[in-house]
Amino acid sequence: MKLNIKELSMHLSKFSNVGTIFKKELRSYFNSAVAYVVIVVFLAIVGWMYTSSMFLINVASLRMMFELVPLVFLFVVPAVTMRLLAEEKKAGTIELLTTKPLHDWEIIAGKFLAAWALIGIALLPTLIYYITIVFLGDIDNGPVIGGYVGLLLMAGVYVAIGLLASSLTENQIVAFIIGLLLMFAFYMMDKVLIFVPDFMTSVVEYLGIDFHFSNIARGVIDSRDIVYFGSMLGFTLYLSVVSLEKRKW
Amino acid sequence: MAITVRNLTKLYGAEKAVNDISFDVKTGEILGFLGPNGAGKTTTMKIITCYMPPTSGMVEVEGLDIAEHSFDVRKKIGYLPEMNPLYLDMNVVEYLEYSARLYGLKDALLRSRLKEMIDVCGIADVRRKDIGELSKGFRQRVGLAQAMIHDPEVLILDEPTSGLDPNQIVEIRNLIRQLGRAKTVVLSTHILSEVQATCDHVIIINEGTIVADGTLEQLQQDFRGSEKISLELKASTTNAMIAIYPKFKDIQHVESVEYGGQEGDLHKFSILTQKGFDIREEIFRRAVSEGWVLMEMSRKATSLEEVFHKLTTAETTNNKQ
Repeated sequence: MKLNIKELSMHLSKFSNVGTIFKKELRSYFNSAVAYVVIVVFLAIVGWMYTSSMFLINVASLRMMFELVPLVFLFVVPAVTMRLLAEEKKAGTIELLTTKPLHDWEIIAGKFLAAWALIGIALLPTLIYYITIVFLGDIDNGPVIGGYVGLLLMAGVYVAIGLLASSLTENQIVAFIIGLLLMFAFYMMDKVLIFVPDFMTSVVEYLGIDFHFSNIARGVIDSRDIVYFGSMLGFTLYLSVVSLEKRKW
Repeated sequence: MAITVRNLTKLYGAEKAVNDISFDVKTGEILGFLGPNGAGKTTTMKIITCYMPPTSGMVEVEGLDIAEHSFDVRKKIGYLPEMNPLYLDMNVVEYLEYSARLYGLKDALLRSRLKEMIDVCGIADVRRKDIGELSKGFRQRVGLAQAMIHDPEVLILDEPTSGLDPNQIVEIRNLIRQLGRAKTVVLSTHILSEVQATCDHVIIINEGTIVADGTLEQLQQDFRGSEKISLELKASTTNAMIAIYPKFKDIQHVESVEYGGQEGDLHKFSILTQKGFDIREEIFRRAVSEGWVLMEMSRKATSLEEVFHKLTTAETTNNKQ
């Protein structure tokens, strides 16, 4: 098959606006202290849990970490996402952004990807713990790969929720709280099944994000879980685009 | 026409922010959009720049309808919103580059536009500084540079000089005039002298409706009330003065004459004329033929300030009644 470079670059240039916004947002995370705080928080909390528990149970596994990070996400992700749109609304720069020849979805996509990438970058240093475990004993790589994939997918959904929260208000604190509450609700769903009427348990369980995360973190990548993460992402991002278009109503 | 607006209406809930306005902006002119705060200037500009759609009505920019060709319209417009919002954590070059990229500029074109804007707007010295560290005057220059970076045909500037000190205001006005030479510019303001200093064409808007539309001269002409002409004549005796007095009334279009008193052998008169007539020439001729010694003559024309005041307050009181 002949590769048509011109056509390819035309397709890619459709995403150049997303790329421009992505770079700007990611750079502003690193220009401010946000990025470094997030990285340090991950390293510190995960490191503390890791060292304090692993030698006790004496098993070469990252299970503890994969149970803990979703909880850390609940606080870190809304802190990362709260400014994405709320700040622009407050400062009025949203008016500059939306009067440029851009689609609203490009703004949402660029911002979403930047915050997601930041969480991904913050997870990278935790690989140090993996490497040390590899030296200490035999480790089953399946759950590790599954765990990281699951964390990234979960982070994606959380970032989308946080972005939606940020699009609803111009107050960053409010955006943080809305984001935290929504994420916490999805996190808790599969843990409160005893309080749920019988006929709804399977639905509520399916909606719970931690349920799908634990499936993947076991090292089993099932299409149902992938569909869950994919549709959650798509739906939440769509709502953010709608919320951004609200100015036109 | 660079911009055509027809029957534009914008409702916020039940409140009419803009009520059925229509106007044209010719290519290359600087239009001053004048009105008190809350008159609908910003709303109109937000609609023209495609930030939000109108409730009803039509806007065309360079012949393109904003509803159908929103993307092309946005490419043709440079916009400086009210309060000049900026990303305070970016430095000047980063910010301008970001804006330029979102307008689709890249590589050599981007670099040359960037350099040109930095030169034209006089921000070379601060180009590596964070915008948050800049003074208001410099921020305004950055805002203008941002609006101009893609070389748009139309510039929309919402209160470009608000919050600046008098020196900065003069600088920014000069910059706008300089930039505006090759562009169509719409600027809004609630300051009259701004319009007098920069604009070719004025639209006065009040409570969502246009109350006046024309050039500065036209407006002054149209809304000129009876004019006052002050005269000083030299006469040796008061009796001579008494003889002169009725002769003013013979001059056409004179409404009334008032004797303003005496200082030595100088006698003052003030003459009110009918609306829209200039009788100074006639007075001069009369003085020559009658042999009056004319020491001083001056006309007090209605200033734009009076026009503005008259239009915006009259409307308000009418509506309240």
